[in-house]
Amino acid sequence: MSELRQEAEAIAEQFSDHLNVDADEVEERLENLVNEYRVPLDEARRSVTNSYLDDAGMERDELGRGGSESALVDEIDEDEQWVDLRVKLVDLWEPRSDSISQVGLLGDESGTIKFVAFETSDLPELTEGQAYELSNVVTDEYEGSYSVKLNRTTGITEIDEEIEVGDNADTVEGALVDIQSGSGLIKRCPEDDCTRVLQNGRCSEHGQVEGEFDLRIKGVLDDGETVTEVIFDREATEKLTGMGLEEAKDMAMDALDTTVVAEEMGDDVLGRYYRVTGPTFGRYVLVDEMEEPGKVDVEAALIEARSI
Amino acid sequence: MSQSAPTREVARRVFASEFNDAGYTFTESDDERAPVYALLPTGESANRVFFVGTLTEKEDVGEDAEYWRGRIVDPTGTFFVYAGQYQPEAASKLRDLEAPAYVAVVGKPRTYETDDGTVRVSVRPESITEVDADTRDRWVAETSRRTIERVAAFDDDGNEYARMAREEYDFDSQTYKAAALSALEDLDESAGDELAGDGPAGGDAASDDTAPDGTDPAGTPEP
Repeated sequence: MSELRQEAEAIAEQFSDHLNVDADEVEERLENLVNEYRVPLDEARRSVTNSYLDDAGMERDELGRGGSESALVDEIDEDEQWVDLRVKLVDLWEPRSDSISQVGLLGDESGTIKFVAFETSDLPELTEGQAYELSNVVTDEYEGSYSVKLNRTTGITEIDEEIEVGDNADTVEGALVDIQSGSGLIKRCPEDDCTRVLQNGRCSEHGQVEGEFDLRIKGVLDDGETVTEVIFDREATEKLTGMGLEEAKDMAMDALDTTVVAEEMGDDVLGRYYRVTGPTFGRYVLVDEMEEPGKVDVEAALIEARSI
Repeated sequence: MSQSAPTREVARRVFASEFNDAGYTFTESDDERAPVYALLPTGESANRVFFVGTLTEKEDVGEDAEYWRGRIVDPTGTFFVYAGQYQPEAASKLRDLEAPAYVAVVGKPRTYETDDGTVRVSVRPESITEVDADTRDRWVAETSRRTIERVAAFDDDGNEYARMAREEYDFDSQTYKAAALSALEDLDESAGDELAGDGPAGGDAASDDTAPDGTDPAGTPEP
């Protein structure tokens, strides 16, 4: 099947619920634009789609993909795809804008993903903890993180089922090549629901506060091809370095300087290889499990090297 | 859309023999602050390297202020590491370390031209830490693999850095592959040695010794 034909059938399918559109006719219009007028295929598709939207008196966001694909949230890796989800509403957040009716976290067995619903879409309110089938949601990407947008064509069906929510766990392996600033012994804002790390005793939200000590390491794992930023929380940091919070505080007290803690930790962990597993959050992997790969299997390495 | 967050430069894995040949440097834009890359002869750009080797010697070569030079040896050659007042942590590490020791180094390639016009390549360390033999062996295996991968991709269409390497250098990329393989084979032999006293494993080590390098593994052993 030609590329034009595929596009034509996809467009016809999109409008199948609204208009009597026939794939041959679509193909003819596309062909005319592409072959006759030298319009790039993307632009031709856009133009033909828009003209049908006009015919049907529809807005672009009312247009579902004929059959939008059902997807797991962890599979979403492309912008502006129409998908169907079976998810539980894990968490609702405070909308930061009047145009947003609801914002929060949806989850299925593969992991979690942010969702946004807009006031203009006039959708029923979703309830925390409830499982839903959502049809026709659109994916969105920002700095490598994906979310889904609900829109006025989104179908919302409550389902009476318990969905186990997975944790988008990623495993990365490499040498720990850097410990970033904001590692070691840090202070966090004590305000309710604020755990921001203080800079010079100040929280960016709450100003000067009496901080609470914590331990963490923001590190970089590098395998020679890619770099991954990883965060060890207090528990993972203690396991990684063998240094507890009290010991770290004593060390900082002795030196009258908190930066000695990160330096001391660096001595123990920089330049070593680690394999870590944990959920991804933005560009960070939050370390749940960590292991040292230990002795290299030279024989396997040789077999692999010879096969390249 | 691609990731728009500022990206950190990856630390390339490269053996000393290849690194010391990487005398050609370049930038990818005219911006004053554009990162400087060393061109690896196997066709890759390196703004940062990570290596593990044996610190065999260290010396304060500074005249007024401390300026430490370390020699760090891998299976193929020697890395030269220089740390002064602008790398205080690395400098104090070099001051405190006792050679010989296994060390892991993250750092940036630097080049300088000597009076007779030869270009020397060294490392300005971001961090130096003392590590164990397992870490060193893992690095050798990893670097061997990365090197062989680069050589395998050297003739690929669109391998821009390989094209650049062909223009700038007169080295045969196969020599780096041979060095990488032999580093890995040495590792295999030393692993065999450790196991030699260990009953049946000793037999394995012995048979390894009789399998000559680079010949058909299914072929008859040489006398």
